[in-house]
Amino acid sequence: MEMVMGKSSKKMHPHKFLLWIAIGSLTMMFAGLTSAYIVKSNQAGWQPVKVPSIFYVSTVVIIASSITIWMAQKAIVERQMTKYRLLVTATAVLGLIFLITQFTGFSEMWQQKITFKESIAGSFFYVIAGLHALHVLGGITALFVLVLRMFSTRTKFYSSVPVETAGLYWHFVDILWIYLFIFFILVS
Amino acid sequence: MSEVTHIHEHAVGVSHEAHHEGHHHADHGSFLSKYVFSQDHKIIAKQFLITGIFWAVIGGFFSVVFRLQIGFPDAKFPWLETLLGEWAKGGQLQPEAYYALVTIHGTVLVFFVLTAGLSGTFSNFLIPLQIGARDMASPFLNMLSYWFFFAAGIIMLSSLFVQTGPFSGGWTAYPPLSALGDASPGSKIGMDMWMISMALFIVSSLLGGLNYIATILNMRTKGMSMTRLPLTIWAFFFTAVLGVLSFPVLLSGVILLIFDRHFGTSFYLSDIFINGQALPNEGGSAILYQHLFWFLGHPEVYIILLPAMGMVSEILSVNSRKPIFGYMAMVGSMFAIAILAFLVWAHHMFVTGLNPFLGAFFVLLTLLIAVPSAIKVFNWLTTLWKGNIRFTPAMLFAIGFVSLFISGGLTGIFLGNSALDIQLHDTYFVIAHFHIVMGVASMFGMMAGIYHWYPKMFGRYLNNGLGYIHFWITMIGAYVIFWPMHYEGLAGMPRRYYKYDIWESFKQFGTLNQIISIAAIIVFLAQFLFLANFFYSIWKGRKVTSKNPWGANTLEWTTPINPGHGNWDGEIPEAHRWAYDYGKDGQEFISQTTPVGDNESKH
Repeated sequence: MEMVMGKSSKKMHPHKFLLWIAIGSLTMMFAGLTSAYIVKSNQAGWQPVKVPSIFYVSTVVIIASSITIWMAQKAIVERQMTKYRLLVTATAVLGLIFLITQFTGFSEMWQQKITFKESIAGSFFYVIAGLHALHVLGGITALFVLVLRMFSTRTKFYSSVPVETAGLYWHFVDILWIYLFIFFILVS
Repeated sequence: MSEVTHIHEHAVGVSHEAHHEGHHHADHGSFLSKYVFSQDHKIIAKQFLITGIFWAVIGGFFSVVFRLQIGFPDAKFPWLETLLGEWAKGGQLQPEAYYALVTIHGTVLVFFVLTAGLSGTFSNFLIPLQIGARDMASPFLNMLSYWFFFAAGIIMLSSLFVQTGPFSGGWTAYPPLSALGDASPGSKIGMDMWMISMALFIVSSLLGGLNYIATILNMRTKGMSMTRLPLTIWAFFFTAVLGVLSFPVLLSGVILLIFDRHFGTSFYLSDIFINGQALPNEGGSAILYQHLFWFLGHPEVYIILLPAMGMVSEILSVNSRKPIFGYMAMVGSMFAIAILAFLVWAHHMFVTGLNPFLGAFFVLLTLLIAVPSAIKVFNWLTTLWKGNIRFTPAMLFAIGFVSLFISGGLTGIFLGNSALDIQLHDTYFVIAHFHIVMGVASMFGMMAGIYHWYPKMFGRYLNNGLGYIHFWITMIGAYVIFWPMHYEGLAGMPRRYYKYDIWESFKQFGTLNQIISIAAIIVFLAQFLFLANFFYSIWKGRKVTSKNPWGANTLEWTTPINPGHGNWDGEIPEAHRWAYDYGKDGQEFISQTTPVGDNESKH
């Protein structure tokens, strides 16, 4: 009656596997958007936009959050549950700080008359970075679910799979941001 | 089966829904959980199929209505007004309604019927059954995939009933028609609903595609190595990969479109005048949208075609009682098609001001697709060659697919040349080409699949006699409809026009257009024979009495006649050989579950 899965112990968990394919898919979406940006930037009348300096802070914050989630993964393997809980919460908080810095950067740009109507480069900037921020928000939600599950009294979770999956996603949005950041600096 | 396979995976945490569903085969849930919110891949497949059929009837009916306009531009049909109201004032189809019908016909058939209806049905139905799995990697995501598709359908359907009508700027939704509400009546709320519907549809395809890939790579039964997979599964695999990588790019194009429509950005808009009023938008480019759209749009052609190719390969082999010719060449050519699909999109844009130097590369890459396509065609023909052919309705449709694929593919070589495309673009030649090679051919593949796997889906047979009538009317009709369009297109008759009466040069095609329209109506009506057959046979068809009615090798024919959720009663069978041992060593067929004997010749 059992599933025939001979070497299942060596296989990747299905959720993680699904996420890897989804990452491929998301990469294509951002590749589409950034190549559209390149195409447009080569056309006449293109006015580049300067990346707000607070986005350097964003970059540092999100790299830090990648480190904390990595430490959280180690903590759960070593069964240090208090440390694990703290690190996952820290990651989510760093994610929120990232979003706040993004929003600050956006409003700074908007005040400098870089609006949807005035600047195409700016419009791209808002859409691409905004879409990335939405994906970060999704990650934060997943992390909060992990934290809440830790406080559940009925069941105890010791499986490292959820945090590994969430971590994989988190590293993805981190690397995606670094790519976008460098991309905006170079192409602008 | 060895005891090793009994080791439980709970310890490593791989248990999932499919696992414990396997323990109770007859689902005793309520009607709602069994037939509506089912997580059984077989029920979800049937949901996709029946929803797809619903949309095919709507899309087909629309084509009948606008063909009436093209064939009989001056006639009045009072019944049209009864049916369509304002759209056909005085019994004559209005221009806005004509464009709306053309647009929705395209959208619905490309996405809802030939993407969701085709891969949604058969990937769901056949992947677990043919690789030997109890269900999909994630049955829940699979169910969500269907319900997102359903919601997309509801919104598209509602857009037909809004006062300003559904979107009418062509299924490709090029800006500015799609970006400016003032551009046409259909560009108002109809376009918003079109976009929401398409966004939901993209989510549905992505969820489905992720699942198909994960299932094929992770959940194959013992012994089912990738090179033992039936070609159907390879085809579904490449289809899913194409979808997962290309739909997000369409989504990014749609996101930019939403910003242009509602938030005043100028990604696609520049220097536009509406009623003499200049719009403030500066610096955008409509070509950008075309790039993003066709980066999906071209792979989409193969998303539609590959599943049909896979099923046809399987059906031709089973019913010729011969192994498929050149199995690895078939896999290799599908791989080549999947790669090339991403590298040819600009051949849809030869006349948009694309750099001719760049165009030359796209010509080359486009014509390269002829190579894997020809490999596949020759392999199908050599599979048929000297076969002991059983002309079941499924087999006829499969052979019809090969015929259509050749006829339609050859005109692709014309269109792939950027120089010839100057004359042929946006004419009826293009209409004829893509309808034959992609539309009708894939529809034939789908029909072949339905006739062939119907006994597995419903435990009953379709009526053969009706099947033959259905096939011959559709086959002859398809050529009568689309063959003459090549001549019209070569003469330069443009597509999408409401009327041709101001051109002296197209008057000669008046009768031809009438013949095409009459053929289209006959073919449309013939589909009701199939529909009657389909729904009657679900309850009243001849019962299947043996597990393996076609004498096929693949695993789905080792399940009970009416498999429950979990597919196999006992253990999942093990695969010992590839799927195409027909007529080997004097045996008519050898199932994949039969171990290789000592004195068996090599395959």
